[in-house]
Amino acid sequence: MKKDMVCISCPMGCRITAEWENENDITVTGNKCPRGIVYGREEILSPKRVVTATININSSWLGRLPVMTTGTIPKGMIDSLLNKIYKMHLDVPIVRDDIIIKDIENTGIDLIATRSVKT
Amino acid sequence: MKEFKFDTLVIGGGSAGMAAALEVSRRGFTVAVAERENSMGGILNQCIHNGFGLHHFKEELSGPAYAEKFIDMVETSNIEVFIDMTVMDIEETGDLKYAYGLSKLTGMIKFCVKTVVFANGCRERNRGSIGTPGTRPSGVFTAGLAQRLVNMEGYIPGKECVIVGSGDIGLIMARRMTWVGAKVKAVIEIQSYPAGLTRNIVQCLNDFDIPLYLSHVVGEIHGKDRVESIDVIPLKKGIEQKDKTFNIKCDSLLLAVGLVPDNELIQKIGISINPETNGPIVDRQLMTAKNGIFACGNVLHVHDLVDFVTEESERCGRYVSNYLDKKIPAEQFRSIPGQNVKYLVPNYYSPINENKFYLRTMVVKNRAELIVKVNDKEILRKKLKHIQPSEMISFSIPGGTVDCISECRDNTLEVHIV
Repeated sequence: MKKDMVCISCPMGCRITAEWENENDITVTGNKCPRGIVYGREEILSPKRVVTATININSSWLGRLPVMTTGTIPKGMIDSLLNKIYKMHLDVPIVRDDIIIKDIENTGIDLIATRSVKT
Repeated sequence: MKEFKFDTLVIGGGSAGMAAALEVSRRGFTVAVAERENSMGGILNQCIHNGFGLHHFKEELSGPAYAEKFIDMVETSNIEVFIDMTVMDIEETGDLKYAYGLSKLTGMIKFCVKTVVFANGCRERNRGSIGTPGTRPSGVFTAGLAQRLVNMEGYIPGKECVIVGSGDIGLIMARRMTWVGAKVKAVIEIQSYPAGLTRNIVQCLNDFDIPLYLSHVVGEIHGKDRVESIDVIPLKKGIEQKDKTFNIKCDSLLLAVGLVPDNELIQKIGISINPETNGPIVDRQLMTAKNGIFACGNVLHVHDLVDFVTEESERCGRYVSNYLDKKIPAEQFRSIPGQNVKYLVPNYYSPINENKFYLRTMVVKNRAELIVKVNDKEILRKKLKHIQPSEMISFSIPGGTVDCISECRDNTLEVHIV
């Protein structure tokens, strides 16, 4: 099997190729840094993404609190994470980097606030 | 009317304004920042996606997080911030400038300053700028406005939308709209290649199977009170193929069709504009044609990355400090765009000092070369892996490298891309 793709680890956007006989032995070529190999393998086995979104907050001046995952999570988990996020309602004060959801579905990745809202 | 005296007034409290103000303040001068919104941070506050700060902070941050790192520094500095303050006019008397700011909190304020830094960013091009025919229903938004509604105010502008323009803002909004539960039916791009980064095509369009129509334009907007559908026309060698027009049903149209420096006040006070950037013409010290009035960030020229805005604005702050210290600048000559270069900033250079340039090319090319010439002599040659109009290019000429200054020549520096 062979798949051409574009690495999204950074804005460089290396054009990489993943080739494999079985899923335990995937070779990646065309990458300019080690992150390309990790991305290429993950994209075949279980594609992952960073998720950013906003949460309802009872602030006096800001409608939504911006949040972000601390790393990539499997694509399949994104919808359920978003649904959970949209049902939440947070109280101020919030400090940037506050953990909103700890260890999302045992991935070791947290959801954190990316802005402080004092009032 | 209240009067305040400062060494510097910075107009705009976004990434450019904060970086410039901090640098001036660090050198021991008094600084005021006038911010139109109710908090600092500018456009970063609505850019909640990740990817900011890879160059400057060496970590991946969201827009608000990048802004907050600077806001924290401003709050612990001696900089005085005037929130909800719009600067309406600037007058000059000798070396002093009088800026008039309006605020609902304080009424009108007169700032008496020695220097002014324009750091008031850019505006979006809108439906009028691209001249889309059709009715005028509600549901047509600029992408940045839609982004603000979704990310800060908590409104979703439509349930089925079409995005015009494949620049990064358009692509980021395609993903955002999908993630808030709307259906993005298409992204339409007039050019034959996508304007945004490839990684954004992958993670914002391909991930959600959103079709990207290259070489297509919106022919007409239909709908009486609300957008009902749009006509899309394919282009062949730039000519509309009207017989191949197709219709897409949607209730909203997001326009991501470019940004223009907000140069209204700059023009009003008689500063000349560079027609290629729509920002002011500046010298090596990012000073406009008027002494003591500087510009940096997106009001000077529209940047792709906030990290570059920060770099440019910190440098602007240093130049402002040098001006306040009454350091006499070295002699400067013109610097102009040459072959395949759309624009070059700044518009003057000094042969003695280091010169940092930003430019945009007009061509898409792999393995290009950047060539800098003065009086027909090559000063610098640099290899570029891949160039395209949407990616800004920067380079520096170290001080003292230009050794061919002649009294009988005009000593203009030309930058070519081949």
